[in-house]
Amino acid sequence: MKKMKLVVVGNGMAGIRTIEELLKLDTSLYDITVFGSEPHPNYNRILLSPVLTGEQTLEDIILNDRSWYEEHGITLHMNSTVTRINRARKEVMTDDGKTARYDRLLLATGSKPFMLPVPGTDLDGVVTFRDIGDVNRMIEAAGRLKRAVVIGGGLLGLEAANGLAMRGMQVSVVHLGASLLDRQLDGAAAALLQGSLHERGLEFLMERQTEAILGNGQGAVRGIRFRDGGELETDLVVMAVGIRPNTDLADAAGIHTDRGVVVNDTLQTYDPSIYAVGECVSHRGMAYGLVAPLFEQAKVAANHLALHGIGRYGGSTTSTKLKVTGIDVFSAGEFMGGADTEAITLADPVGGVYKKLVIRDDRLIGACLYGDTVDGAWYFRLIREAKSIGELRENLMFGESSIGDTGHSGENSIAGMPDTTEICGCNGVCKGTIVKAIREKGLFTVDEVKKHTKAASSCGSCTGLVEQILINCIGGAADIKPKSEKAICACADYTHGELRKAIREQHLTSIPETMRFLEWRSPDGCATCRPALNYYLMSTWPGEARDDTQSRLINERAHANIQKDGTYSVVPRMWGGVTSPSELRRIADVADKYHVPMVKVTGGQRIDLLGIRKEDLPAVWKDLDMPSGHAYGKSLRTVKTCVGKEFCRFGTQDSTGMGIALEKDLVGMWSPHKVKLAVSGCPRNCAESGIKDIGIIAVDSGWELYVGGNGGIKTEVAQFFVKVQTHDDVLEYAGAFLQLYREEAFYLERTCHYLSRVGLEHAKARVVDDAANRAELYARLRFAISFEKDPWAERVEQASARREFENLTA
Amino acid sequence: MNTSSLQQSVWVSICGIDDIPRLGSRVVHHQGHAPIAVFRASDDHVFALVDRCPHQGGPLSAGLVHGHAVTCPLHSWTVCLEDGQAQAPDVGCVRKVDVKVEAGRVFLGLPGGS
Ligand SMILES: Cc1cc2nc3c(=O)[nH]c(=O)nc-3n(C[C@H](O)[C@H](O)[C@H](O)COP(=O)(O)OP(=O)(O)OC[C@H]3O[C@@H](n4cnc5c(N)ncnc54)[C@H](O)[C@@H]3O)c2cc1C
Ligand code: SF4
Ligand code: FES
Repeated sequence: MKKMKLVVVGNGMAGIRTIEELLKLDTSLYDITVFGSEPHPNYNRILLSPVLTGEQTLEDIILNDRSWYEEHGITLHMNSTVTRINRARKEVMTDDGKTARYDRLLLATGSKPFMLPVPGTDLDGVVTFRDIGDVNRMIEAAGRLKRAVVIGGGLLGLEAANGLAMRGMQVSVVHLGASLLDRQLDGAAAALLQGSLHERGLEFLMERQTEAILGNGQGAVRGIRFRDGGELETDLVVMAVGIRPNTDLADAAGIHTDRGVVVNDTLQTYDPSIYAVGECVSHRGMAYGLVAPLFEQAKVAANHLALHGIGRYGGSTTSTKLKVTGIDVFSAGEFMGGADTEAITLADPVGGVYKKLVIRDDRLIGACLYGDTVDGAWYFRLIREAKSIGELRENLMFGESSIGDTGHSGENSIAGMPDTTEICGCNGVCKGTIVKAIREKGLFTVDEVKKHTKAASSCGSCTGLVEQILINCIGGAADIKPKSEKAICACADYTHGELRKAIREQHLTSIPETMRFLEWRSPDGCATCRPALNYYLMSTWPGEARDDTQSRLINERAHANIQKDGTYSVVPRMWGGVTSPSELRRIADVADKYHVPMVKVTGGQRIDLLGIRKEDLPAVWKDLDMPSGHAYGKSLRTVKTCVGKEFCRFGTQDSTGMGIALEKDLVGMWSPHKVKLAVSGCPRNCAESGIKDIGIIAVDSGWELYVGGNGGIKTEVAQFFVKVQTHDDVLEYAGAFLQLYREEAFYLERTCHYLSRVGLEHAKARVVDDAANRAELYARLRFAISFEKDPWAERVEQASARREFENLTA
Repeated sequence: MNTSSLQQSVWVSICGIDDIPRLGSRVVHHQGHAPIAVFRASDDHVFALVDRCPHQGGPLSAGLVHGHAVTCPLHSWTVCLEDGQAQAPDVGCVRKVDVKVEAGRVFLGLPGGS
């Protein structure tokens, strides 16, 4: 098949990101040619600021070096500006006489620094801050000249001013408005910022309008003059008053523009063969000047260029951060507020801290932080998730650490941490390693950090810290998304929610069928998507979808827990934590016979035999002659009980009997994540019902059910769900809640995370308030469980199922 | 591989191809040598590697197979079945063992004379 031709105009961040996304989808569809005006391969423009200060070098910020283009068969013309598009002939022409035909054209021409329309802008010593050329000019000037004036007190202006000051120049910032960063900060935060920049030696001339740049008679700058007649002497003028989408080429070719090349939700311009992405674009009347939105655009444009035709770009919420080392400023969303909003503010001018959170209809819609931006990432996530902040509200101002985090409380302030601080306890990754990877490898997402450093790839409790580090390093460019918006893994573009929906609506019942239908990019998926797919299929179509053993991770395949030395642990089921002398005798015999190195009582009231060789597992199960405790599964684990009324003087009900009944009712249930229950005989709560997925507390008049508790990484206290009268009620309400969780939660989402996503009220409406729905949920659960057999017994009996455990010899 | 050819390797039949589940593996014990993991990909290609992850020695045979790669069960490194190299960004390598399939039987190339 003859390849189509794709021509990209603009070798910058948006254009090349689109190509990267396209190559993930299809490597053989196009012959790709890239034209770029700059004499460099694609680099990370946002890191020009640290290059200007000297904190990084130009080599550090290259994103795709020349060999990348070669490896992917991309023809790259650097130092070559496209000057004309002939849409009739589908051809582009460059200033150095090249022409290229296209089937699809991608415009990614970025934006141009805006020049004030005043006399003198053509003088030697007037520069802008946009590309490597500009930075080199400023560095050269700083080595030779003494005084600099930066016109414009926005993000770029302040970063330029800071950089020149760090290189030893005397710098004054001239600003038209009354406060700095007027698009990012409110007045109070801006005043604090101005104070600390002044302490670092920057001068400010506020509310001054520049009228002319003055020359020295030999073509170089000598000063500037203001509207009010005042003058300021200087050797260098940096013009940083704003940017304009670069639409010259589109305009000349008659493509519709309106303060940007106008595109629809598929990033297509008014000419259907021409797409546009990045800062040159105007989408629903918005032109963005930040990296995060253009990455989202790149994904959608790539999807359409690859002829998949399913992505839509709906606009972006953005956040910004000033990249001046040692000064922390963060803002996101609608931080200015308006008539229909309320604001919570905290101001500590002495300590240099100011925070403002803007709320509308019980949702966080904006945040503006100065001095302490540790919680910026968290606020940004809350803004994007746009869910009710309800009970969070009281603690919102005090940050994420105030809402109970036994894992990392007290060490949540990223900015002040030394590089040697360990961030990821599981994999022993420290802050310096993460920062280095972000800078050198050009990482933008937590997933990329996970891949390159392993941080946050195990228990995930440090994900928030990694997000903060990302925000600290690259500011608003950090691509931070709630799980509900993230693609399941690199094999496909679907979120967990979309996947569940497709499986249900298309009646997909096997993994190969699902992968074909949803156009998986890899032949068999990966270790992330396959277990999730297997669960979604099994839970949506019980009895119909076949359990795919090879898509289960080792513990669920071997029905035991793998240990670090490759041996396994075996936990037989003890209903409600109750055992008998003969069971104990068998356990003791097994421990002797197989030389079990450690026998341990678990936190879930059972006995764990650790250090068993895989090949011995079936024999161990046979000798134990007890059912599997599923201590290894994303499934029902234990139902912990106290002794209750039978023996305890405080007991109000038979909590042990209730626990055993529940355990027998639910055994064999697979779920998105592990599920633990507990039943206590009175509110003294000896079985710790408050930190279980379902915790039950007996009272004189019946049973109280609590849901969504968790004693794991982050302790979550279970929330009151319902109070019921009878033993059968307990089984039905608990079962119905778990079925709702099984049907709606994402794979690996514990009940507490599921509830925080959908809201406790939702679960109550479906289970407590709606009796008919509750009965149906419970019936569906019973139906699904009816297919489950004890996995140990099955493997003891069937030779074919034992194959997993038997070794071969040569 | 070079060392084994010096020692003269011999083809040893270990099992039929259907004794290895698709997208699964079997472990082969061979006297005096480290256990070997034999994998079968979804396209029925068969691969053999020493059953020790280059990271911390996890049993690759217990990993999840996808494409021509396996993800280690302990800390999710992904190792290429074709050459035993850990996939970027991880670095490391596990020794490959010669393997061939003939008439439905799987043979490993093992050092002879042991
Ligand atoms: C100093 C600085 C700091 C920044 N800091 C941040 C930050 O902290 N966070 C953030 O989110 N964003 C930041 N940004 C903004 C971010 O860099 C831009 O949003 C992003 O680079 C835009 O990508 P783009 O591909 O649209 O444009 P660009 O990256 O500018 O790429 C466009 C390319 O097209 C080339 N080109 C234009 N016309 C033609 C033509 N006719 N023929 C051939 N080539 C052409 C240009 O030379 C340029 O190389 C910063 C920008 C600067 C300058
Ligand atoms: S929870 Fe109440 S009934 Fe159960 S053991 Fe404790 S005190 Fe006794
Ligand atoms: S031992 Fe294999 S990933 Fe750690």
